Amino acid sequence: MSILVNEDTKVLVQGITGGFGGRHAGLSLDYGTALVAGVTPGKGGQSFEHGDHKVPVFDTVGQAVAETGATASAIFVPPPFAADAILEAVDAGVDLVVAITEGIPVMDMMRVKEIMKGSKTRLIGPNCPGVVTPGTGPDSTGGCRIGIAPGYIHKKGNVGIVSRSGTLTYEAVWQVTQLGYGQSTCVGIGGDPINGTSHLDVLKLFNDDPETEAIIMIGEIGGSAEEEAAAWAKEHCKKPIAGFIAGATAPPGRRMGHAGAIVSGGQGTAEAKKAAMNDAGIVVAETPSEMGQALLKAWGK
Amino acid sequence: MNIHEYQAKELFDRFDVPSPRGKMAETAEEAKAAAEEIAADLLVVKAQVHAGGRGKGTFKNGFEGGVHLVKSADEIGEIAGKMIGQTLVTKQTGEEGRLVRKVMVADAVEIEHEYYLALLMDRETSRPVIVASTEGGMDIEEVAENSPEKILRQLIHPLAGLQGYEIRTLTAGLGFKGAAAKQFGKLLKNLYKLFITLDCDMVEINPLVETKDGQVLALDAKFGFDDNALYRHPEVEAYRDTEEEDPREVAAAEFDLNYIGLDGNIACLVNGAGLAMATMDAIKFAGGDPANFLDVGGGATKEQVKGAFNIIQSDPKVEAILINIFGGIMDCNVIAEGVVAAVQETGLKLPLVVRLEGNNVAAGRETLNASGLAITGADDLADAAKKAVASV
Repeated sequence: MSILVNEDTKVLVQGITGGFGGRHAGLSLDYGTALVAGVTPGKGGQSFEHGDHKVPVFDTVGQAVAETGATASAIFVPPPFAADAILEAVDAGVDLVVAITEGIPVMDMMRVKEIMKGSKTRLIGPNCPGVVTPGTGPDSTGGCRIGIAPGYIHKKGNVGIVSRSGTLTYEAVWQVTQLGYGQSTCVGIGGDPINGTSHLDVLKLFNDDPETEAIIMIGEIGGSAEEEAAAWAKEHCKKPIAGFIAGATAPPGRRMGHAGAIVSGGQGTAEAKKAAMNDAGIVVAETPSEMGQALLKAWGK
Repeated sequence: MNIHEYQAKELFDRFDVPSPRGKMAETAEEAKAAAEEIAADLLVVKAQVHAGGRGKGTFKNGFEGGVHLVKSADEIGEIAGKMIGQTLVTKQTGEEGRLVRKVMVADAVEIEHEYYLALLMDRETSRPVIVASTEGGMDIEEVAENSPEKILRQLIHPLAGLQGYEIRTLTAGLGFKGAAAKQFGKLLKNLYKLFITLDCDMVEINPLVETKDGQVLALDAKFGFDDNALYRHPEVEAYRDTEEEDPREVAAAEFDLNYIGLDGNIACLVNGAGLAMATMDAIKFAGGDPANFLDVGGGATKEQVKGAFNIIQSDPKVEAILINIFGGIMDCNVIAEGVVAAVQETGLKLPLVVRLEGNNVAAGRETLNASGLAITGADDLADAAKKAVASV
């Protein structure tokens, strides 16, 4: 088991013929992901070739789903067209949309989120590194990689990781792997102020996943999603959690790289988030170098 | 991105959000002409800089105050002459102050009552929210703290937009009656349109005033725009005044780098926003002070790394540099080559601590070693931060 995706998940990539989308589609194929289709309007009938792989390209997500049975879509479409691409995937009925695109206007995401209410599709991101469920092959190949995370740092195991930041996720994954443990699934939920899936949503999924034994939750300044997740975990989470919050030294009122990473009007501070996590019994690492150790402490290993 | 007061007035005029009659002037003569055109009994002249505390500020030429109430056009010209081309120091500018290039001349309306009105994006609900209060002209966070019952909040449906009953609820809540109620309703409707159309993430009017002659006007406003949406609002982007921004940040923007200048002495260069924040935190945790936030991104080129390194090295406050890279997909060697190229051009004047991990890390370390540069290696971020702090 794992959450969201596994080695059998059929994945399509919207924006597969772009440089960025194509590069990562290739890396996902190398990882063993069941990447069955690409979508680029106007390029239907062509194919995306990578090594021995030949992936058919369609004009629309609807065609790609009908022809290949894909149930998950990765969005690598440029920001002005990304909201439209997400809604196209939702309309085509895929279960999971992972939006990698950075720089989508907030108003666009506000409308997407409202339109998606009540739909069966789950959105991860945008502005996120994606989702990885490691496999059992060398360098964790044979799993499912949707997005831009480096596959080789993973190892199949029992730690679930959820984070707003890409590189901090990789730090956590790498430390867990170096310590001899592995990951059930790693989920980057993205650094934007409006996203499809929250820390809390992912904690609930990990809590219900029999393969996940312990959790690392990585947050950063801005919003209150970490506090909400911690409050829920205090009452309901059966599994040990370690955490880290970035941005304690960030000046108020400034956006720290991620559109959502901002302390405004005294809200969204690292102190408040760490306090909420401590209150929930989450072991909070003081620096990212200690995330692995914090996990072991929480997990009793 | 911040905009000037006169630019905010231009946006208000465009969307028919009433504000006091006013005009921007770049010379004393223009200011005098503007005053004659406005022809009010009492006028106000305000220095245009992106910093608060103007009224209590002092110019470096000794002239007191960046905001003045004046009765005649001649006086306006005289005072504008003392402001334009001079440097204004306020509690927000730091001692270096800001050069005043423009002033705004406006009708100094007589205020009956001050209100607070703001439109923001509410993250918890992913909806726009209107925040309003009868306690205008004060720090709204204090009002929220001391008398939360005086803060009205109205969430707006993202697809339906602002409804009539929502306007009526706020109008009644603020106690507007008769003609003023009608004026407030129209102002709010137009302000919402402005907020949505221009992809704002905040418009704050503090104060919104009812004048003694019964007008409802936006007196002072603060705008925040969604940087990600500026591509579809070139007219807003044209408002950017790089003279008002940190020159380090302006230089970084040219290289498409995420850079924010801080006051410490240990510079950092990192890939990824989360890791860049965490690196600043680690420097602080090790007893030092970060000089900046700098995220070179996941796909940085050698030129970007070189540009970033030069910006860091040109900052006189910086006494040590910490490079922290977790190369997931990013090739560690690209970072290493960028650093070496920058140093070969400008020379390494400061202690440099490098922590490289991840993709192609062996080649990256080899590039740094072969360069013969005096670089301190580190095992992990905590170790790197300790070494950087110890080096100053």
